[in-house]
Formats: sequence, structure tokens, C-alpha cells
Amino acid sequence: MIPVEFDYVKVTTIDQAIAALKAGGEDSKIISGGQSLVPVLRLRMAEPSVLVDCGAIDEMLGVREDGGSITIGAATTHHAVMSNPLVQKHALLLAQATATVADPAIRHRGTTGGALAHADPAGDVPAAALALDASFTIAGPGGRRTVAAKDFFLDYFTTAVGPDEILVSFSIPKCDWGSHYAKFNRTAQAWAIVGVAAVVNVEGGVIKEARIGLTNMAPTAVRASTVEAALVGASSAADITAAAMHAADGTRATSDLHAKADYREHLARVITARAVRAASGI
Amino acid sequence: MAHITVTVDGTSYKGEVEPRKLLVHWLREDIGRVGTVVGCDTSNCGACTVLLNGRSVKSCSVLAVQADGSEVTTIQGLSDGNEWHPVQTAFKECHGLQCGYCTPGMVMATVDLLSENPTPSEQEIREGLEGNLCRCTGYHNIVKSVSYAADLMSAGPTKGAK
Repeated sequence: MIPVEFDYVKVTTIDQAIAALKAGGEDSKIISGGQSLVPVLRLRMAEPSVLVDCGAIDEMLGVREDGGSITIGAATTHHAVMSNPLVQKHALLLAQATATVADPAIRHRGTTGGALAHADPAGDVPAAALALDASFTIAGPGGRRTVAAKDFFLDYFTTAVGPDEILVSFSIPKCDWGSHYAKFNRTAQAWAIVGVAAVVNVEGGVIKEARIGLTNMAPTAVRASTVEAALVGASSAADITAAAMHAADGTRATSDLHAKADYREHLARVITARAVRAASGI
Repeated sequence: MAHITVTVDGTSYKGEVEPRKLLVHWLREDIGRVGTVVGCDTSNCGACTVLLNGRSVKSCSVLAVQADGSEVTTIQGLSDGNEWHPVQTAFKECHGLQCGYCTPGMVMATVDLLSENPTPSEQEIREGLEGNLCRCTGYHNIVKSVSYAADLMSAGPTKGAK
């Protein structure tokens, strides 16, 4: 279908973006890659008054090293993120998760920050951001603030970014642990039925610490904290499988045409074990 | 209306567009590049794939106004005069199509894939084209075409005559 009529303004600074959002009122929307928004516009499920294009704001583009962290501009494309040497070296899990998003053409255009701000519970990147303890820099009329990953994803398609605010960038503490993103879906380029993002610190064949994010097991990506606790001290495949039996604890999986909730819970246990084994090499 | 200037297949076009106009509709309706087709209109099928500043995108999922200042290459801009692009030749030689509707997108996605990975494995070909759907071929000849295109392109620029 053809989207409804809207105005369009392209901005080149964060301040311009905030001013344009304010001027556009409550029906203004941010666009950069548009790979989630344009399909929604085409379906007329969104009827914005104005689109504020933030795809050309220098500060929101690229990856840079910040001491013990790397900072990724929110409008950096998935393709640029997954192929970036700093991401591959210090946040490999993010590259692994990003590489499973949709298909190459969409990754050339879609942005990782956009996917995080969109917060689709079936999206692949939020679980990786949770497991990597990312923090988010949000700008608004009142200035800037930083929000930890655990406080960023609030509900179905809802984050800490307010309607008059914009996600500028997100930072990830450098992580050289083993990592893996396991995604279960039925067809190419499909959304995850369940996904598991795992980073695991192994010393001498024993798991010292693990952080695990789950995709599509709740209205937001969630941490599998019971599994994380149970994995400490694990040194065998059987230990990992036993710990992964807790993967659905505390989740709120839904039933839809792809899977029933109890099947998702089963998948979470199986896929978590696979992800942790791949990440740990155990 | 917004004023845009876009270079398409080497020619600069200026136009007035509604911000809601999709790039694929601008290409087809405003400047007549009808080689790029609309397939699913849901971002899935990839029939509308073009190169935007050298990288593959689905032109049903880009606003024309967002292409302002960019370079677009469509299936109609691939050949060099009477010389087909090697990917076009390979799809012909390996019969990488049946009805042909997905072919413009398949060819453009292949051009992009080979620009990044000149010698892809079969697995890499299948993953590289995962955003392009073909409802006829079962993909077998398409994968062969991509592999043959890679051979043609590594053999040099003289291959690929019409």
C-alpha cells in the first residue's frame, strides 16, 4: 500500500532532531534506515505527521573506542556494525546477533540503534545488548542521560526513550569472553521464534561467569538469570544442559501462529544449552 | 513536495516527490526505470532490489526522498553498452530463472554479494541471497548462476558478451 501523507525533515544535528520532534508534536516519528518503519507505514499501521530523518547525524554514525568500552552511533547500519573490527574484537556477540537480522539488503539499510529503540521482542539485537551489559545515551529537551540495558527495555515495542527524545548511541564494555547467538526460526530471513545470546567466561575448562539474553520469551528481551547462576562452576556438557533447564524460568512466552508458549519454553532450554556450549567450547 | 536529485544508472534526475513515495515507485513511475519490479510490497521478496550507493537495498523499503543525493543502480544500468554484465550472462547461461519476475532483484543481490565476496561457497551464496525469493526454480539454477558469475568475473572483464 501507499503510506499516508506526512511531512519529512532531514536533520544533521541532535539539537535539530530534538527541535524537529518538538515542532512536529506527538505524531512525529524518527526515521533513519526505515527498515522497520517503512513496512509499518506501508501497512498504514502508523500515520505520522512528520518524519524526522536522523540518518545523517555524524554523531550517530560509526563505531569508536572509548577506553574500556566501544560506542556505536545509533544510526550505524547493521552491516557496518557486524563488519566493524572493533565490534568483532570487543563485542563479538553483537556482530553475531546482528548478522542474523533479516537479510543482507535490509542489513545494509537498517540500523542497530533503530532496532534497539524499536524493541521488537522478536528482534535479535536487544538480547545481545542485554547480555553485553550495554548502556544507552538518550538525548532530549532536558539534556542527555545514560540508561543501563536492564532499565532500557520496558515493554512490547517500548523503551526508556521518550517521545520527545532520541537514542544517540549505545556503549558496550569490552568483552573478550566466548560468545554465541543461537536463533531458531523456520525460514530464511524470518523472525526468531526463540533466540539466545550468550557470553561465557571460561577459565581452565570451568565456567566462571555467564550472561544470557533471551529473544522472544517475554514482551521484551530478558536475561536468563537463573541459568546464569546455575552455570557458575559448570565444566561439562551435562552441567550446561542441566543449567539450561532453567531457561524458561520467569519468562512470559506468548503463543502465536509460529509456536505455542510451551514449545517456546522447550526451545529456550534446548537453544540455551546449544548457545552456551558454542560460546564456552565445552 | 520535496525536491530530490538522484543519479540513476549514471544519469542525474531531478524531481519533486511526496515524502511518502517509495523509491521503487519513483523509479518506475517518475523516471520510467520499469526493469525494477514490485513483488511482494512487504519487504520480503527482494524483487525490487537495487544498489543504493553501491549496496543492495529493497527499493520498496526506502523512501524516494531518502535517496536524495545518492547513486542508484538498477538492473537497467548493469550492462556496458552491448556488453552484458557477467552476472546477467551467467543467469542466461545457467538458466537461473523460470518466470523471470524475481530475476532483476536476484541479479542485483548477486552483484552486491560478489562485490563483497568474489568467491562465495554454495552456503554463502544461499545466505547472500536469502532476502530474495523465487517461487519457480527451487533456487538450484540460481545458485549455479551465481557460482558461474563468480568464475566469469574472476576470469576477467572480457567475458559476458551478449
